[in-house]
This record gives sequence, structure tokens and C-alpha cells, in this order.
Amino acid sequence: MIFLSETLAWLGDPAHWVGASGIPTRLAQHLLFTLVTLVVAGAIAVPIGFVIGHTGRGRSVAVATAGAFRAIPTLGLLTLVALWVGIGLNAPFVALTVLAIPPILAGAYTGFEAIDRKIIDAARAVGMSELQILLKVELPLGLPLLIGGLRSATLQVVATATLAAYIADFGLGRYLFEGLRIRDYGEMLGGSVLVIVLAIVLEGVFALVQKLVVPRGVTAGRPTDIRDGSSRSRAVMEPAIEEGNINVHSK
Amino acid sequence: MIEFRSVTKRFPDGTLAVDDFSLVLPSHKTTVFVGTSGSGKTTLLRMINRMVDPTSGCIEIDGADISTLDPVKLRRGIGYVMQNSGLLPHRKVVDNVATVPMLRGMPKKKARDEALALLDTVGLDRSLAGRYPSQLSGGQQQRVGVARGLAVNPNILLMDEPFGAVDPIVRAELQQELLRLQRELGKTVVFVTHDIDEAFLLGDQVVILRTGGKIAQIGSPAEILANPVDEFVSTFVGADRGKRSLHVENHGDGDVVVDETGRLAGVLVGAPPSLAAAATAPFEPESKAGPQGSGASAQGGDPR
Amino acid sequence: MTWIWSNLDLIWDRTFDHLVLSVPSIVLSFIVALPFGWLAHRYRASRAVILTSVGLLYAIPSLPLFIVLPFIVGTSIRSPLNLIIALTLYGVALMVRVVADGLGAVDRDVRQSATAVGFSGWTVFWQVELPLAGPVLLAGLRVVAVSTVSLATVGAVIGAQSLGSLFTDGIQRGIQAEIIAGIIATVLLALALDGALVLLGRLLMPWTRPSAIGTVSRTSAALAEATP
Repeated sequence: MIFLSETLAWLGDPAHWVGASGIPTRLAQHLLFTLVTLVVAGAIAVPIGFVIGHTGRGRSVAVATAGAFRAIPTLGLLTLVALWVGIGLNAPFVALTVLAIPPILAGAYTGFEAIDRKIIDAARAVGMSELQILLKVELPLGLPLLIGGLRSATLQVVATATLAAYIADFGLGRYLFEGLRIRDYGEMLGGSVLVIVLAIVLEGVFALVQKLVVPRGVTAGRPTDIRDGSSRSRAVMEPAIEEGNINVHSK
Repeated sequence: MIEFRSVTKRFPDGTLAVDDFSLVLPSHKTTVFVGTSGSGKTTLLRMINRMVDPTSGCIEIDGADISTLDPVKLRRGIGYVMQNSGLLPHRKVVDNVATVPMLRGMPKKKARDEALALLDTVGLDRSLAGRYPSQLSGGQQQRVGVARGLAVNPNILLMDEPFGAVDPIVRAELQQELLRLQRELGKTVVFVTHDIDEAFLLGDQVVILRTGGKIAQIGSPAEILANPVDEFVSTFVGADRGKRSLHVENHGDGDVVVDETGRLAGVLVGAPPSLAAAATAPFEPESKAGPQGSGASAQGGDPR
Repeated sequence: MTWIWSNLDLIWDRTFDHLVLSVPSIVLSFIVALPFGWLAHRYRASRAVILTSVGLLYAIPSLPLFIVLPFIVGTSIRSPLNLIIALTLYGVALMVRVVADGLGAVDRDVRQSATAVGFSGWTVFWQVELPLAGPVLLAGLRVVAVSTVSLATVGAVIGAQSLGSLFTDGIQRGIQAEIIAGIIATVLLALALDGALVLLGRLLMPWTRPSAIGTVSRTSAALAEATP
């Protein structure tokens, strides 16, 4: 098993855990970069998504944009921006922010759209102000899908940040490209395993968060059928393949 | 008292939902708007709490033009019960009932205590207070909806086809509950339905609407049944189908009441012969006047 | 612009390489996803396991997978086979959920009436459930096609030739037109494959042709709207 031995040997070497190109530093760079990108993308996408979801206006534009972005190759966008702004962190930052916006936007507006109009109408009728409807009804009920959007944006950013090491000297992706360049199996495998573990850990964290933010009453009374999952699938899964939460990210 | 003065509503798509509508809805009575879909009945109801604003004309509550009032404040003072209850799915039953009092600034503890008392009022077991709406039956959800509508002790209770989505047996039960509540509380109830039987059962004043929010006839159930003004009304109330025109037949064993098709409708019990004619209005409700002074006298917080 | 006109041959070659990578991956993902999706749909116990696994599989970033995979399955890192396997894995990860959902969305009454009129177990699947789930499957497959075409470009950084090679070559030589040409060609190829799938769908599912009706086709309409 060359795969295991090389990977473990590289990961086990204490020299790889210290210094400016050590694993902790690169991991921190990778995470910090991901976080900053998500915060910026979220600051742009969430308010727009809420407005679209709350008013129902601009939905078709958002859907079309989200769809168009799915077809655009991330590597193409990365290299193109790098040619414009130069090698370094700026290019991946711009490219990744742009790529992270559509999934968050879709999560935000599908989360709002999925709320039964009657509930909002009733909330208004009993005397909630528009702000109260937003904060007390739409936000808690739309949160699970919004988190879902953040989840796929995060996965996409983590993956593309790896790829971005092609044009910028940062993050875990460096190990992959350096290993490829000097044909060091240990380095490229060790780096790959680190990125994969990071992505899966983040996926797990988000899965947990998503479960926690589902308002209790919304799941509590869901009909369950022991014999097969069809009734559940119909009620819960069918919207899952609409554009908002199919979690397509182009890695 | 609620008064509509020449109210017209034309929606942005051009539909004329309500056309020059004028009506007085007396306090402490139940007024039922009944009509088919497109008759503007729900629009009329929703104009009372400014969910819909009229294109022209005005609506007054106890002499105050509601267009001058803040819609959010106005709604918090009016009970609203809708089809499918409209409960917030992420809040427990007790919190759903306590929502509006808390919006008005009532402390959480007090609002919850009052909410629990309201569950008693609408005939729900307090053990359900900790459940979520999706864990209740349709009938129970509807009762919670009524409790929420009553939570701020409003003078006015708007009910938009509240029993339209439950099965007939539960509906009959809820109708009786509403009659009981109304006897106890004496609210000004505005009730929308497409079911003429429900209208006659619950209404002190029944307003039959035709398409475009035009009044076809106003009156007590007895007045409408006895004298339908035109073909439309008599078709709508079913007088022409014969199921409401009853007559007495003697079957040897005694007098029975039979409808036009010969189907047995009931027997006459202890009715003096002079009252036999009243059987043509079998749905006239018993007195629902109730203790009018006890429930609602002043706007806002009168004692429950 | 002049770069594009003088290098049409190159673009065409890379497009062909790209097709060789993506088309087999799309087809294979559909075939492999069917049994797993059926298992996830049919049995509650397998559902959780399968759907969690494909969820995690899909979470794996592409570049590390391209690098790790050869050491596990024994292909060469630059071989098209390596990329096809990786792209198929991603396609399966997407498609299994779609198959499970699509089969789950088939009206239970229809399924029961099919059994009631005498369809046996497997004929219900092949002649009732699968065709009725068709629009959802097609919608899912279209997403798979578009994302596979986009993903395949990543292989260029490990030396597997595709339209992505125009990006790596373009940035090394500083030719902006080459990168733009690559992006346009990738998007056009994605559109072409998407269109081909739509046509295939109309051919195989003539009943969905007049403006789609019902819940199942509503979903596909929403996806069609989302996919350029």
C-alpha cells in the first residue's frame, strides 16, 4: 500500500508541522481565506436573497444567474481573474466570492419561498409588523435552507481555494501542486488527504448545524411511514432537487 | 359597530372585487358574509383589519375611520381566525396563542398564563399547550386559531372560512362551540363562508353576496328564508330545491314533516298547530343574544 | 479574437478530449446510480447509509480526489480513465439522491393501482415507476451533465488534457483570449449536452411534451429554468 505508507510518512514527519509552510499555518490560511470569502459573499447575497424571497421580485433573474454560474468552469474564472489582477491572493478572493454568491443567494430566497404564504398572511393579519414577520417568522422558518446554501458555498470555496494555490502561494493546495511538480507522492497525497478531511469535517459540522436550526415544530409532527419512505419523500424530498438546494458546487 | 360606506375595491389586475358596498354590522352580533368564490366576501372581511385597503369609500369602527389608524396596531386589536388556522409552525400551541399579547408588550409569564386559560375557553386540554401545531388534529388546530383570535380580548373577531378545511363532524362540533362562545362573550363577529347552512346556523345577520361584492339580500335567516328577494337568492338558499319547503303530512300514527321530494325531515314535537308554518324555517337559530353587557363594552381591555 | 481564429484546430481537439472525458462519465453515473438510488428509495435502513455516503463523497474536493484516486485504483494520474472514474463518482453522488427522490415522488396511488391491475414487482419498476420518475431523473441528469463538463476542466492542472488545458496554457503564456475561448467553449459544450438530454427526454417521454403537468414535471420545469 504505497498510498497509506507515503501519506502517513509525510503526515508523520514533524518537520511538516512547523514553519511558514507547515501544516498548521497552511490550514489556518485555508480556513481564514474560506471564512473571509464566505462572510463577504454572505454580506452581499443574504440581503438580496431575503429581498427576493420576501417580495418575490427578481426571482427569475436570480435563478438564471445561479444556473449560468453552474456552467462556468471555476478554473477558467480563476485564471482569467489572475491574468487581470495578477498572481496573488486578490484573484482567488474575487473569483471565489463570485462563485460563493449564487448558492448562498439561492439558499436565502428558496428558504423564504418555501414558507407557506398563509403563515405569513396570518402573521400579518394578527398584527405583526413587516420587520417582526421577517425576524420572527421568515428567518427561523427559512434558516435551514439558508444554512444549506452556506453549506454548499463553503464546500465550493474550500475546494476552489485548493485549486487557487495554482495561482497563489497559500493554503493546503500548495502541497498538492508542489508534490505534483517535484513528484513527491508523500506531499501530494498528504496534502490531498488533509483537504479531503477538512472538507468532510466541515460538511459534518454543517449537517449538524442544519439539523439544529430546523425549528422544532416543523419536524416534530412529520408523518412517518415505517413501510417505505414514499410519503416522506414526497413531502420533504421533492423540493430538494429544485435549484436552491441541490448543492451543486463546481469544486 | 362596523360600518362600510360606499366601499369599492378594484385590484391592480382590474378585477372589481367589491362595488359600492354599504352596510352596518351591529355590535355583539354575528354577521355572516356568504357567497360563492369571487363574491368578494373575503376581501370585505380583510378590509376590516386593513389587510386590504379599499380603492374608494371608507370603513368605520365605532365611528373612527380606520384608514387613519396604523394598520399594525389596528390588527393587534382585532381577532383573526383563518382557514387552516395559520398558526406559526415553529411555535408551541401556548406561544401561538400568546403571540399577539406579547407583541403588545405583555410579559411572557402573564401572556402564557392567559393563553392557558384561553385553551380552556375554546375547549382544549391544557396538556396540548406544549405541542407544536403539526402535532394536532385539524379540529384542534382550528380551536387554537380561535384561541389566538381571542387572545387580546378583542371586541371584533374576524373569521375567514375558519371551519372550511375540517371534516363535517368536526365542523358541526366547532360551530356549536362558536355558538356557545358567542353566548358567553358577545363579540362582534364577522364570519365568511360559502356554506349557506353554516351562515344560517351562526348568523344573526346574513349577507348574501353575488359576484363583484354586490349585496343580493340582507336579513336574519328567517327573513331570507321566508322571503327570498329573487331567483338568485332562492337558488342559493336552496328553497327551489324543495329541501327547505317542508309540509306536514298525517301518517296515521301522527304528524310528520316532509320536504318537497317526500323525504322525511322530522316530526313536530309539542308545537301548537299555529306554529306549524314556522317549520319552513327550521334553521332559525335559537336566541344567540347572550349577556351582551358581560363581554365587550369598551374598545380594548375590558375584563374577560 | 485573432488567437481564437488561428487556433480553431486546437480548440476543436480539446473539445473532443473534453467529450471523451465527460460523456462516458455522465452515462456511467446514470447506470451506476440507478440500483443505489432504488435501494435508497426502497429500504429505510439502506437509505440513511447510502445517502450519507454519497453526501460525503460529493463533499470531497475534485483536485485531491484526482490525485488520490490513482493510488487506490491503480490508474496513471494523467490517464483519462482516472478522470472518468472520478467524474463518474461525482455524478453518482448527485444522481443517487435524484433517483431516490424521483422514485419516491411517484404517486403512491399510481403504484398501488399498477399492482392492483396485476403488474408484478419488477414490471412495476420498469414500466411504471421508472418512466414516471423520468422527468425528475432527466432534470437530475441535466445537472450532472453541466457540472461534469465544468468539473472536467480541473483535470488540466494535473496534466489531463481537456478544454481546461486552455486555461493552464493561457495563464502560463499570458493569452487572455485563450482563457476566454476555453470558458466559452466549456459553457457551449455544457449547453449542447444539456440540449441533447432535453431532446432525448422528449423522444423517450412523449407524454411530458405538451406543457408539463403535475408535480413531477413541475420539478423538472423548475430545474430547466435553472439550467441554462
